[in-house]
Amino acid sequence: MGVLKLTREKVQNVDLINRISGQNVYDCYQCGRCTSGCPSADEMDIVPSQTMKFLQIGEVDRVVESNTPWVCLACLICSVRCPKGIDIAAIMEALRLVKLRNNYDFVHPNRIPQEDLEELPPIALVSAFRKMTP
Amino acid sequence: MTVKIPYYPGCTLKATAKNFEDTARLVAGVFDYELDDLYRWNCCGAVYGLSEDNVMHKVAPVRNLLRVKEVGEKRVLTLCSMCFNTLKRANYYVRKNKDKLEVINAIMYLENTTYDGSVEVIHLLELLRDEIGFDKVKKAVKKPLSGITVASYYGCLLLRPNEIAIDNMEQPTVMEDLMEALGASVIDLNVKTECCGAYQTVPRKDLVADRTNLIVEEARKAGADLIITSCPLCHFNLDRRQKEAKERHPDFHPMPILYFTQLMALAFGFEEEKLGFKPHYVDPRPLLKERGLL
Repeated sequence: MGVLKLTREKVQNVDLINRISGQNVYDCYQCGRCTSGCPSADEMDIVPSQTMKFLQIGEVDRVVESNTPWVCLACLICSVRCPKGIDIAAIMEALRLVKLRNNYDFVHPNRIPQEDLEELPPIALVSAFRKMTP
Repeated sequence: MTVKIPYYPGCTLKATAKNFEDTARLVAGVFDYELDDLYRWNCCGAVYGLSEDNVMHKVAPVRNLLRVKEVGEKRVLTLCSMCFNTLKRANYYVRKNKDKLEVINAIMYLENTTYDGSVEVIHLLELLRDEIGFDKVKKAVKKPLSGITVASYYGCLLLRPNEIAIDNMEQPTVMEDLMEALGASVIDLNVKTECCGAYQTVPRKDLVADRTNLIVEEARKAGADLIITSCPLCHFNLDRRQKEAKERHPDFHPMPILYFTQLMALAFGFEEEKLGFKPHYVDPRPLLKERGLL
């Protein structure tokens, strides 16, 4: 395993996540409470508490390219239970936004099957588009 | 005398959750309240924007609050949990961050007035508990719901974050208390504040079907006959995704999912046609007939 190096570029990437989310990833002390309550943790490549650690060591790309922000439900359990008061859901949002702001579509409105469009309520489509399209 | 209360419907209450709106109007009418649709309301965006560096996602909810102020009202009532959360959080945000409020007002420069944070956002459950009171609810019951056991499912957005919660964030009881006032038996659902899968119902039906399976099975194990909710997205996921839940989990048994207002209207003696059971994927009528409530 190589020696971890916190380069200037990596620090800038972490700063970007902090700026978009309004949080400070260095506040996390790895208690794991976010992960223990997360209903999506089983589905995640990198669970929420690991995500925080990766961000602290500058591995932003690794979490941005994981499925983690895209299976997050923005249910806010992690945020309200964090003993350090970190809004982890906002950090997940920032991880989505760094891709969405580069015109990335996780959900493609024109690829949703017609039968789904006919049964999905407006609330499902609006919220999915808000979270998963630019 | 009838009290007119400004009401923000939101997109889904005028579409797939029309039965929620219709039964809420009936229920409010019993206590002499009239839900008065907000003039020129727009979609709130369904989810609150969590980013700190961009206020654009907060403009839509704040514009609705401005509409309330514009017609000279002090509060606005919501039914949908997601609308409630989005409007109340945006309101909390602009009250705390006057500089951001200025930016949002500047974006809405074509409006005739500016917003100042003065409007209160309330949910129907709060109106019932705090203003009408469950004693009055109890007195209005014509057909007690004895014979059914109800699991109350809160989901996320009535309770989180704590600044906007209508009840204890981890151990809410407002819906259980309401159901007891209607004469129903209640159980304490251990997953009542756990997410149903929310907007993942669009790209990840499987994930939502597994959440539905878990929540319905936990309710069944605790002895519930049906589940109540106040969110049209929770309702869709818990009701309609039972199809996929059954495909993925052969042992899964269907359970009816109702809006709390449907059970209230039933207990207040409104006839079956007004309760809006037709659009349900899992039809609650056989259960309610078997228990002598229809």
